[in-house]
Amino acid sequence: MTVQTTGGNGNGHGSSVPEEIDYDDPRTTRFEKVKAAARQDGVDIVHYEPQFPERGSRLEKRMSRNVSFMFLLVGLFSTAFIVLYIVWPWRYKQGDVMMKYYTPLLGITLGLALLFLAFAILTWGKKLLPKEVSIQDRHDGGAPEGDRRAVGQTLAYMVEELGVKRRPLLGLAAAAGLAPVAAVVAAPLIGGLIKNPHADNQMFVTGWAPIKEPDGSTRLVRLTRDDGTPIRPADVSAGGQMTVFPGIPEGATNVHADSPTLLIHLRPDDAAVSRANNVKGTGHDKFDRGDFMYGDYIAYSKICTHAGCPASLYEQQTNRLLCPCHQSQFLITDNAKPVFGPASRSLPQLPLDVDDEGYFVARSDYQATVGPDFWERP
Amino acid sequence: MKRRKIDLKTLPAKAGNEVEDRLGVATPLRSIINKVFPDHWSFLLGEIALFSFIVLLLTGTFLTLFFEPSLKEVTYDGSYTPLRGVHMSAAYASSLDLSFDVRGGLVMRQMHHWSALVFMAAIIVHMLRIFFTGAYRKPREVNWIIGSLLFWIGFLAGFTGYSLPDDALSGTGLRIASAIMLSIPVIGTWLTSSIFNGEFPGDIIISRFFIAHVLLIPALLVALISVHLALVFKQKHTQWPGPGRTNTNVVGERFFPRYTIKQAGFFMAVAGVIAVLAGVLQINPIWLFGPYEAGVVSAASQPDWYVMFLDGSTRLMPAWQINIGIGNGYVIPPIFWPTVVLPGILTTLPLAYPFIEARLNKDNKIHNLLQRPRDVPQRTALGAMAVAFFLVLTLSGGNDVIADKFNISLNAMTWAGRIGLLILPPLAYWVAYRICLGLQQHDREVLAHGVETGIIRRSPDGRFYEVHQPLGHDHEALPYAGWVVPKKMNRLGALGPALKGFFRPLERPAEAPVSPGHPPVEAAPERREIESKH
Repeated sequence: MTVQTTGGNGNGHGSSVPEEIDYDDPRTTRFEKVKAAARQDGVDIVHYEPQFPERGSRLEKRMSRNVSFMFLLVGLFSTAFIVLYIVWPWRYKQGDVMMKYYTPLLGITLGLALLFLAFAILTWGKKLLPKEVSIQDRHDGGAPEGDRRAVGQTLAYMVEELGVKRRPLLGLAAAAGLAPVAAVVAAPLIGGLIKNPHADNQMFVTGWAPIKEPDGSTRLVRLTRDDGTPIRPADVSAGGQMTVFPGIPEGATNVHADSPTLLIHLRPDDAAVSRANNVKGTGHDKFDRGDFMYGDYIAYSKICTHAGCPASLYEQQTNRLLCPCHQSQFLITDNAKPVFGPASRSLPQLPLDVDDEGYFVARSDYQATVGPDFWERP
Repeated sequence: MKRRKIDLKTLPAKAGNEVEDRLGVATPLRSIINKVFPDHWSFLLGEIALFSFIVLLLTGTFLTLFFEPSLKEVTYDGSYTPLRGVHMSAAYASSLDLSFDVRGGLVMRQMHHWSALVFMAAIIVHMLRIFFTGAYRKPREVNWIIGSLLFWIGFLAGFTGYSLPDDALSGTGLRIASAIMLSIPVIGTWLTSSIFNGEFPGDIIISRFFIAHVLLIPALLVALISVHLALVFKQKHTQWPGPGRTNTNVVGERFFPRYTIKQAGFFMAVAGVIAVLAGVLQINPIWLFGPYEAGVVSAASQPDWYVMFLDGSTRLMPAWQINIGIGNGYVIPPIFWPTVVLPGILTTLPLAYPFIEARLNKDNKIHNLLQRPRDVPQRTALGAMAVAFFLVLTLSGGNDVIADKFNISLNAMTWAGRIGLLILPPLAYWVAYRICLGLQQHDREVLAHGVETGIIRRSPDGRFYEVHQPLGHDHEALPYAGWVVPKKMNRLGALGPALKGFFRPLERPAEAPVSPGHPPVEAAPERREIESKH
């Protein structure tokens, strides 16, 4: 049965008054009451068609059987989820295969339960409930002119009554008084957060700065591995490289996030080129680094001057150092100047030496600023 | 005492009356039930974002019960043996515990991450739909602005959440974020040290990101999403043009029951897909990355997909450093342009776009009917340009992986990205514009000459021509109505409905319509095999 209605106010003129309907009248069907209620909201149900021409047809039975079956599947998979959640071995054991399936099984059972629930609900809504087309008026464009005027006049009167225009001093005084109140709200927030970035000259000092002993002398910082053991020149073979950290407390931790350094043992001919370029300097920082290398050993900051990632991929053949974050490339044999990518500044070079016990030390802190660039870097 | 009889039949009505006497909700309830929503598959894209946001809230709440937002150093002794004895932050250790020592914790973590990816993807696809159909025009500019802001707030939510586990990848991301903040002229160092409470990484950033991620940003998201939905409700949804649909009405289904049922089913479907993704596809396996150490990084470190376009822009930016020779000298580093200026433009330009377009078109009318993308070639082409721009940047965000997998030089990839970023968007503009014009022309052609039938006729003088089925009466060209023009005979009902039933038909087949122009089909004559004689 197809219910077709015509007339009413379904053609875009919602101003007509919906006809009254007697809700107690047994002669009107419930659907007619529903339609009357809809008309009260300016909604006209113009087409309402059951999915199945005859009630209880085979097609309808099959569809409701399908929906029921899907609901049963929801129960099945939900139960499976709970059972697996409880009984399946889930604790990590190295080499254990069963435990690896825990998360996939949970995800699949939960997902299937939800998906079958979705299909069941959707099929119910789309295939069993009648199709309908309803039309509602929009009533766009806000209130009519009269209402607008009314609100406007009220607001204008309110402002008038406050009398700021008549009493200019009052307005000025209120503004002058309220502005600092806003600052009071903001002050603790901003004041508590603000931190001087140049306290202790922290932007320019790393863990490699020589340590001032209590007796006034200075001690140079050793190059160490991440476990704190010092390094002799013989520990790095020619062509090899090693990440080194300042030999100070917490030197290898993130407390000194700007200190990781790459120590490279160059092959003799590369070392000669590097030394010559060290003397010349490069680009905009042309200062003499003639004594920064120790023998064939050279050390550069590992912290990329672009975004601060560790520039840690060293290509032996070309002597380039690549930063994996944004692919800046630095030429080790030419003062680690940037040769490709977005970095604009050479990697700072660490002046090397060997102490009396034969371990590498940093002769001083970095001479150039380590890490990503910023406004007030000289 | 006499027992009062309860009449079950009148109970609902009585209860309803009692509620109404006190709360007065009947009329608003009726108007909500009767509210009409237009239906089209493309109107459901925003729902995907909404539903995945609900999944985000549910799973995220679970995660907060176990996560410890602290950079305090601990020694791991959980059940994941490869990392036992390693020094790490409490944040990383508790994330490992969530993955290995909380029953079902990993699937929740992965659901949270997957729904974040789906959330951002749905926002973008939904915004593209809004843009290409002109749904942002008056009176919906405010909702467009809220939607654009939701993208960026979602972006922040994603980034802060990504940073919380303090693994090697997220720490590297945080380091880059600090470099981006540092690059801002004049205030960069002050801003960075205020956020990190000193030098990177400091010891408080995870706690600050945590409260931003679980309270401040979600509160903002919930507030904006509520306003977004309330406005959709108030302004009523846009609709496609079509029979009976005008600029002043809404044609569709009432909110209850069918529309709501479909929404509920769709929510379950979104949640189900996220659950399957979370179970089957591993995401962010932080235990393989190790704790964050400033000196350690691995190649192929990519952020979540919606951050990749900024990663790409950073990679493609040439090393143009601006030196300002005043005093000791000041620097604007190259990273400032692709990561601060570009997002700034990408935030403000879309916000202003509805007003720019209305201004250029001198258009002050209210628009409730959507436009097909082909009908507004300039806008569609602009959108294609933006998509091309975004795609080049996103692909460049993974250019090291592409270079590795396809054996291309990394430098060539970077150059391809730089050149592509300049050439492809204008090309996309031109191509999209031409496609729009072509589709427009084809619509007009079908309206004027009819649908191709595939029937070739031969006239007595030997010419062949194709029969067209005219759409209008008397071969009159129909006006274009802004809606789909049927272009195949099937769309005109040339094909009967398919029969239902697997083994046998469940219903009697409808009588096939007999076209008056064609004689009834006769049974094929019996075939005889062709015999051949050797």
